[in-house]
Amino acid sequence: MFFITSNDRKLRDDGRAYNEIRPLKIEAGVLKRADGSAYLEVGGNKILASVYGPRESYIRRLLKPNTGVIRVRYNMAPFSVDDRKRPGPDRRSNEISKIAADALRPALMLEKFPRSMVDVSIEIIEAEGGTRCAGITAAAVALADAGIPMKDIVVGCAAGKVNDEIVLDLSEKEDKEGQADVPIAIMPRTGEITLLQADGNLTEEEFEEALDLAIEGCKQIAEVQNEALKKRYGVDL
Amino acid sequence: MKVVPEISRRSITRLISEGKRVDGRSFDERRDIFIEPNVISKAEGSARVKLGDTQVIVGVKPSIGEPFADTPDVGVLMTNCELLPMAAPEFEPGPPSPESIELARVVDRGIRESQLVDLEKLCIEEGKKVWMLFIDIHVIDYDGNLFDAANLAVMAALMNTKLPIASYVDDEVVLDEENFMELPVRDKLALSTFVKIGDGMVLDPSLDEEEILDARITIGVTDKGNNICSMQKGGDVPLTRDEILDAVHMAFTTKDDLLRYLN
Repeated sequence: MFFITSNDRKLRDDGRAYNEIRPLKIEAGVLKRADGSAYLEVGGNKILASVYGPRESYIRRLLKPNTGVIRVRYNMAPFSVDDRKRPGPDRRSNEISKIAADALRPALMLEKFPRSMVDVSIEIIEAEGGTRCAGITAAAVALADAGIPMKDIVVGCAAGKVNDEIVLDLSEKEDKEGQADVPIAIMPRTGEITLLQADGNLTEEEFEEALDLAIEGCKQIAEVQNEALKKRYGVDL
Repeated sequence: MKVVPEISRRSITRLISEGKRVDGRSFDERRDIFIEPNVISKAEGSARVKLGDTQVIVGVKPSIGEPFADTPDVGVLMTNCELLPMAAPEFEPGPPSPESIELARVVDRGIRESQLVDLEKLCIEEGKKVWMLFIDIHVIDYDGNLFDAANLAVMAALMNTKLPIASYVDDEVVLDEENFMELPVRDKLALSTFVKIGDGMVLDPSLDEEEILDARITIGVTDKGNNICSMQKGGDVPLTRDEILDAVHMAFTTKDDLLRYLN
């Protein structure tokens, strides 16, 4: 894929072009005990994801007779942000846990595992903007590493508006100072969108531009996910 | 509740009675240790430690608060531990379990009683403002002996903790964000955990050994002070006087071998 990075648009604060993602690194299979795991770094974000299951759960009321269920826990380490975050879930992390489960579920063939549960844990070790998308990207690699049947990988990326420009993969500074943020997750083979949020101010045209840019970003990141899994298992996917 | 097959219980116990261990170590030998300091750029001090396949990340975050009324001129230290659900299939999200509280308190006791951090240097203005240090222990992979791994990570994190220089001017704390002071760490603590299985006492239990332990004893010894500062017994089986003294002796003889990783 070819991207024009040297057009008349000005460079961003960190020197990136408008359509350039931050440096990205993904490694699959980093934990011993977990059934599947992944470590992801993008910009200043450091994220661990783990998967246990499909397994029996003692929380009976969550199980379904006809299909498996996925439970996601997004959690920020107290030392992951500038001012220490109190440990434990808050309203923000509860919402992200829910939308992350909603984003991942469409790719999983959970109907093969009735009455079982897949537990996904997304741990933000260090945060620097865009943790929900990066967390979903890492969790999808961990799910594949756990050998759970999937129709496709899931990959997340955000686009937004900073200084009246639509740009890809907002850093923490751009997220704080920017005018809009559109995080999405897609299944790259079909391009179907499994997560969509937006906050800020965008015109209809700007939204379309941001959405298309985020989809392109997701496709770039999916290549890195594939490479990480190939490196772990030494096969072409 | 984890069920251990009787056959593994018996084979591990038999090996130990013959003076051997499952992974070929001697009784007073630790697993491989790997320390990576400064892993979190947003934390004022941090470290990741691998002890065998057990992995722990520790971050130190300071904030400014009021001292306790009975100690107006010393800083405050708080240790917290999260046994993350990612670390083991049996760890569940929710409020801290008794196990994680015990772990945090044993590590905390070692730091506190050894006075290895000079808390008086963390006083900004007596009776008004002091530094409060939050030590957060994040357990990410549990393969036995969290006590020693967590303590080692806390030591490594404290040793590379830097605080902005604070002064007290006109009833307000002024932070110098350009200049930093190293956290005043005066000593180091070696925490050594032994488990008793059958009639043998082994250092740094692996998960296999920990799951079938009869009794557990953790001993904290300072490097320079060469004193015992903390102890904790666990497990359902009592220990004899001689077993305890043997463990204490081994804690002293293996101390240097552990602490050299912090240099």
